[in-house]
Amino acid sequence: MRSRTFAPLIAAILLLAGPAQAQLTIEIIGGGANQIPVAVLPFAGESALPQSITEIVEQDLSRSGRFRAIFVGGVNPPPTEIAQVNFPDWKSRLADALLIGEAKRLNDGRFEVRFRLLDVLKQSQIGGIAFTLTAAQTRLTAHKIADFVYEKLTGERGVFSTRIAYIVKQGPRYELRVADADGQNAQSILISPEPIMSPAWSPDGVRMAYVSFQNKKPILFVQSLTASKQPAPVANYRGSNSAPAWSPDGKQLAAVLTKDGTSQVYLMNADGTNLRRITFSDAIDTEPFFTPDGQSIYFTSDRGGSPQIYRMPAGGGEPVRVTFEGDYNVSPRVSHDGKILAYISRVNGRFQVMAMDLDSKQVQTLTDGPRDESPSFAPNGRIILYATDNDNRGVLAAVSSDGRFKQRLGIQAADVREPSWGPFLGN
Amino acid sequence: MKKALFSALTLALLYGCASTPVEPEKPAPPSAAPEVQPPVSARPIQPAAPQGDALPDRSKRSVFYEYDKYDVKDEYRPLLQAQGKYLAENRGKKMLIQGNCDERGSREYNIALGQRRAEGVKRMLLLMGATGTQVESVSLGEEKPRCTEHNEACWSQNRRSDMLYGGEY
Repeated sequence: MRSRTFAPLIAAILLLAGPAQAQLTIEIIGGGANQIPVAVLPFAGESALPQSITEIVEQDLSRSGRFRAIFVGGVNPPPTEIAQVNFPDWKSRLADALLIGEAKRLNDGRFEVRFRLLDVLKQSQIGGIAFTLTAAQTRLTAHKIADFVYEKLTGERGVFSTRIAYIVKQGPRYELRVADADGQNAQSILISPEPIMSPAWSPDGVRMAYVSFQNKKPILFVQSLTASKQPAPVANYRGSNSAPAWSPDGKQLAAVLTKDGTSQVYLMNADGTNLRRITFSDAIDTEPFFTPDGQSIYFTSDRGGSPQIYRMPAGGGEPVRVTFEGDYNVSPRVSHDGKILAYISRVNGRFQVMAMDLDSKQVQTLTDGPRDESPSFAPNGRIILYATDNDNRGVLAAVSSDGRFKQRLGIQAADVREPSWGPFLGN
Repeated sequence: MKKALFSALTLALLYGCASTPVEPEKPAPPSAAPEVQPPVSARPIQPAAPQGDALPDRSKRSVFYEYDKYDVKDEYRPLLQAQGKYLAENRGKKMLIQGNCDERGSREYNIALGQRRAEGVKRMLLLMGATGTQVESVSLGEEKPRCTEHNEACWSQNRRSDMLYGGEY
């Protein structure tokens, strides 16, 4: 057996390297209801920055489905202070809110970007921030401004400055990539000639668990995203090792091993130590997912004759069946507020994203398939990212968790799959 | 853009043959290379196995399944009997059984389903004389399809367990 040779092999193919060539492009399919009309005015002096901040902010807001961009032409020069704003004009353009700002180069080569968000009806300032940034932080700053606008106007936290991970298959090559939530700024975390699957962000956003087939079978790894350390195998037992899921405190991993026969759920410390089995069936038990309070684990099992979703205490205990309609319900994911269960259901041969309200147990069909899989909640719970296909090519798509708004993200001539939305990062 | 085009071409070259689902297997059989050194010497390397017919070439060491199923059909019994016997008589030989699924459904659930397929083959080999240390069953799920089109002709080839001996994987 070659099990001892995989570490150097991985070392040889691991490239903690520069930006991935092909970027995800976003195509908006549906329209949201009750969109807030907002006018994003060009920031004075922003042409000195490598990207247009206001363009990114406007795109972020429009893509969220919650906002409608108001035409801002014919305002020259754009106002930078509240006193310069012609509020009646914006009222007649039907804008509810107005974003103004300016960018300046500082003596040390960095930039200052300041903005104000204004309430058109009240003719007052809702809020404003000044950032000091390097040119390389332009995009992140724009996403943070969009997050600010989103939060002030919707009352919920924005996810524009969060990151997503996904797998790209291009010819014989597999890549684990991390990108901004809008698909830009993609970085390859791992490149391999063998499949990579099931990327899962640690709750602190600095580690990634995934499954690699580098050694001709599924083995579970955890890789640091900050330190250029070798990815470490955390579960490499006889048989298959897959389906990693982090506990909300980031200290434990649930995973599926087959060392004792059929696929069963195990818990281990994040470094792979202290392994213990928590499901005991002779059926398939897989796809564990922790509830946000860390108390329960949802998982998929065919113990009842067909794959269905169950919930059990995280420390082990009696599972309770959660899905009952249909004969194929898999891939459970719980929203960060613990209120919605997203999963994949096979309906008349089509695989579709479903959302169950965990209080009322009402189920809503969010997508129409035919091959939708791997749902992943944005950390604010408003959007579910999932994998689908378009002309037989794997692409990512997003649907709002109320099903009203959809968009598609794809890369030319590559298969994109298994999205995983990263957590909010502290700031 | 040029890069994407190039990759698309590479992809087409790599998978062009696989997409015609006629005979995807082509690795070992010596008949493919006629004018090279005489292929005669390849035969007698076979180890001490007294039964020469015990080890069919790897393209014939596969078990195929119905959709969503993992039971081994009766037609594969002679194949598994021969493999189990070979392993029983050659304790030094190791085997990796890779279970595979078609692309439909959850990737992780398919890892579990492929595992169950491979495990079923392993159990039969153990009944026929192989030992647990000789045989490891693993799953490739839907990640390594032999055939990449989205139709039943392809899917039926991908619902498969392969029995591979040391050196073949």
